Amino acid sequence: MFLTHGLDIDCNELVELVTAYLDDALDPDTRRRFTDHLDLCDGCDTYVEQMRQTIRLTGALAADDLAPDLRETLLTAFRGWKNGTAPPA
Amino acid sequence: MRALRGGDEQAFAELVGRLTPSMLAVAAGRVPGRTVAEEVVQETWLAVLTGLDRFEGRSSLRTWVFGILLNIARTRGARERRSVPFSSAFPTDQAGPQAQAGPTVDPGRFHPPGTPWSGHWTAVPQPWELPENALLSHEIRTRLRAALDALPPGQRAVVHLRDVQGLDAAEVCAILDLEPGNQRVLLHRGRARIRQALEDYIHEEPA
Ligand SMILES: [Zn+2]
Repeated sequence: MFLTHGLDIDCNELVELVTAYLDDALDPDTRRRFTDHLDLCDGCDTYVEQMRQTIRLTGALAADDLAPDLRETLLTAFRGWKNGTAPPA
Repeated sequence: MRALRGGDEQAFAELVGRLTPSMLAVAAGRVPGRTVAEEVVQETWLAVLTGLDRFEGRSSLRTWVFGILLNIARTRGARERRSVPFSSAFPTDQAGPQAQAGPTVDPGRFHPPGTPWSGHWTAVPQPWELPENALLSHEIRTRLRAALDALPPGQRAVVHLRDVQGLDAAEVCAILDLEPGNQRVLLHRGRARIRQALEDYIHEEPA
């Protein structure tokens, strides 16, 4: 980690740029300094990887179950729509 | 799409299951109270079914559904504001700079200004040894869900759309009517908090 001493992005600045980096929204110069820093800094490299893991795990929540009563209400509405009857208010 | 129009209940149930939690999160940032948010979501699904034949597929189905949701929430939010006095129900983080200022990582984890290693980690983050089936772990899901639910409404809406639903930045900006920079700030702050919650969880696990 000490190799990063003197680089123009410090660790506490890099951690604020991770989302811009992952979205490819950094200007080319900042992006290069960002990746140069990552090459030399285990701490920041780990931090970026953990943000990727966080995103991946958050994505898995899409499969979580819905509250059964809400689900039932919506399916009832669907059946009403399908049968051409007025949906319950 | 075709299955939906054809009245395939299974296809509808899947779509409802996949989108509704994020729709609730987005609606919750726009209208006061869980009950009203649920009503907005129900109204949205009815509008989706009614409008299904008119959906032309120019936008993705999800973008279209969330667009309808936001319209209904806007109307409903305006109505609620007129009839119900609530000063605290609306989010303060939508555009307020105060909620978007400040570091997303505890400054105590870096060497303080004026010291030789100023701005560098005092103790580097330790790589996570996530179990191979981490995605299926009930514990992790519960923690993640709690961390996501605890986010301020603006961050929660953006994280749901970007990371739970997997929409891209441009789609989310269009749906929520956000500037790209603002969208990114909300997303980054939300992700950083969830990352911290995961780290806290992993560190409390017995070795
Ligand atoms: Zn670093």
